[in-house]
Amino acid sequence: MKKILAVDDSASMRQMVGFTLKKAGFEVTEAKDGSEALSIAKQQGFDAVISDVNMPVMDGITLIKELRSLPNYKFTPLLMLTTESGLDKKTEGKAAGATGWIVKPFNPEQLLAVLKKVIR
Amino acid sequence: MSIDLSQFFDVFFEESFEGLDVMEAELLNLQPGHEDSETINTIFRAAHSIKGGSGTFGFTSVANFTHVLETLLDQIRDGRRQLTAEHVNLLLQSVDCLRALLTALQAEETPDLSNANDLKVKFEVILGGEESASSDTVDNAPQGRESQTYQVDFKPLPHLFKTGNEPLYMLSELSELGDLETHAFCDAIPEIDDFNPEDCYLSWRLYLTTSQPESAIKEIFEWVEDDAEISVTLCGGLFEDDVSASATPEPEFDKEKTTGKETQNIDVTKAPLAAKAKPETSKKSAESTSIRVGIDKVDSLINMVGELVITQAMLTQLGEQEPTENTLAAMQEGLAQLAHNTRDLQENVMRIRMLPISFVFSRFPRLVRDTSQKLNKQVELKLLGEQTELDKTVMEKISDPMVHLVRNSLDHGLETPEDRIRAGKDPVGTVTLNAFHQGGNIVIEIMDDGRGLNTEKIKNKAIANGLIQATDELTTEEVNELIFRPGFSTADEVSDISGRGVGMDVVRRNIQALNGSVEVTSAKGVGSTFTIRLPLTLAILDGQLVKVAKHTYIIPLISIVESLQIQIKKVSKVGNGLEVLRLRDEYIPILRLYQLFNHDGAIEELDKTLLVVVESDNHKVGLLVDDLLAQQQVVIKSLEANYQKVNGISGATILGDGRVSLIVDISGLIKLSGLKRPGTQELLVEQELDEAVS
Repeated sequence: MKKILAVDDSASMRQMVGFTLKKAGFEVTEAKDGSEALSIAKQQGFDAVISDVNMPVMDGITLIKELRSLPNYKFTPLLMLTTESGLDKKTEGKAAGATGWIVKPFNPEQLLAVLKKVIR
Repeated sequence: MSIDLSQFFDVFFEESFEGLDVMEAELLNLQPGHEDSETINTIFRAAHSIKGGSGTFGFTSVANFTHVLETLLDQIRDGRRQLTAEHVNLLLQSVDCLRALLTALQAEETPDLSNANDLKVKFEVILGGEESASSDTVDNAPQGRESQTYQVDFKPLPHLFKTGNEPLYMLSELSELGDLETHAFCDAIPEIDDFNPEDCYLSWRLYLTTSQPESAIKEIFEWVEDDAEISVTLCGGLFEDDVSASATPEPEFDKEKTTGKETQNIDVTKAPLAAKAKPETSKKSAESTSIRVGIDKVDSLINMVGELVITQAMLTQLGEQEPTENTLAAMQEGLAQLAHNTRDLQENVMRIRMLPISFVFSRFPRLVRDTSQKLNKQVELKLLGEQTELDKTVMEKISDPMVHLVRNSLDHGLETPEDRIRAGKDPVGTVTLNAFHQGGNIVIEIMDDGRGLNTEKIKNKAIANGLIQATDELTTEEVNELIFRPGFSTADEVSDISGRGVGMDVVRRNIQALNGSVEVTSAKGVGSTFTIRLPLTLAILDGQLVKVAKHTYIIPLISIVESLQIQIKKVSKVGNGLEVLRLRDEYIPILRLYQLFNHDGAIEELDKTLLVVVESDNHKVGLLVDDLLAQQQVVIKSLEANYQKVNGISGATILGDGRVSLIVDISGLIKLSGLKRPGTQELLVEQELDEAVS
């Protein structure tokens, strides 16, 4: 079973992403900010990470930068959740090492469709 | 895959309301021109989360409205725009508006969008019209299109793998769009010595025959645009070897407004909402009957229940054994432990009803801000004792009277900045809310440093209203009391803020309905203080158990200054046979509790007893007790409800051994002892002392 780390400071988004992925057969771990995600990611491996950008403590861009510098996450798909108004973050995210982005709002079907681009 | 999004609604609403509270509190903290980036960031994040969630869960009206908010906040955050007071006002109004929208949606009603639309226009004016409607997204492929063949050249840069992208998946995605023919170029693969397994050396030429638009193809490579050379060209519908030159590429993206998509979203949510016709009590009533409890309180309850279960298991085991001397002793021990556990549990369950008064206080920054703006006054609000706990039911009922009193202070108490400057005061007035426990009561003070009550005016008005006679001689306190009489208003005109028929008499009546009292003290030009005293019927009090004769009394720990042994030579007698102790620079009147409470058998020699020095209303007195016992938290039971009001006693509690113990009311005790002249703040002893000592 593929393991995914879902990072978002909003509990409802986290639940929605988690629920959708679990239903699609992924094993999902949730984290509420970048810093929590980073420490979880250091303890166990994931096949993909999906992270919100705007979060307290550690934002998504920093998380991606930190993850990409870890040997275990050199090739791991790291996706960021942005909103259409935060599209300029895409460039920043890509520079930090993000694989791609998912634009909010999205529905569960869109999430899974996008995920198919990086993990099977 | 279909997922019923409505299952996430509850969490979404809860966190959105929390987010709005955060936004409001932080906005009130903002000083335009001195804003710190973290505050702006916090506000932005809250708005951003609400927007993301509402968009995802299909509440498009909320998402659309939050969008303009977010855009403005983003610009301020990035320093592209300077925060102004106007922005703060608009954002605060938006918080109110969002709260209304979400409340309606939560109650499964159609929200009234008129306010949101008005506010949105204001935002758009600020944003200079750059934020029109909603943004564009790539449209879904229109159906029924002719199949066409595209040539796709895809040459990844060597670092592609390190972005986490996988060309294989892209090719596979591409094949789902139609018929795909792939040609891989291996010529870039170096000799084994130069081969870096982490680099990507392959590139592809792909021919895709599909009815999908070119944008669908581009979308697949969207993430790797900068990490590869990509070209997509139309082959003219026929499979030809090299037609790229003659190909006319389609317009890059057919951008269509997402209206179609949005309606889809609305439908998605409407359906589960309608389907949610389960017998469900109204959300509103669920809210007011629920209570938010600190996790530490719940944790300690769980701990205690755990201990209770262990004790119970131990007792069961003992009960099954042959009764011997040993098992009996163990049984007794177990029962004592059970009693202890139960008591702890009871106390902690009681504590759950107790909430910090900050729940009430937190609404005042906003109220003061809005009201002072309406009145053109400058006001600083100070909140003290926010952690003071009181019973939830009391809290709910005290909120309205407090709002009235605070409004009153702002409207009548505080002067305009000009008047204040003329009076030699700081143009910014101060209103202070202070809460603390005193003798089993909670005291809430509402203080202002305004002009104070105008006794002349009050008197004249009362005479005009026939409340008093012109010939009546009234003390200042008695005059001030008049404002609580029905039908009395000091305002010359009925203003927008106060004087809307709800007078101080109603405030007093509401507080009295809670078995509380409200008093006012005032000094001309210095300010007024309204003091609300409320009983804590269910309150927990930190108490010092003391022994007086054979009885145990409880002195509220919060009133105790110190406890000491009396040195006889420092005690002197003043008039009325009152004893005073010289303690450092002060003279402390000694109250013999056994005398006040008529107990026989107490120790009467001063040097063999202890003196507990307590303070109330800025007066210190010493209570003579036989001994100090334990300190513990006690559950206050109302004597008035169970028996009758007893002067000098604020309540009772049941001790661990089952005995009833009375809780001493310090300020009541001072009155009872006759130390205080009725109706004044002066202690009689102070005058006497002057005479005796001088």
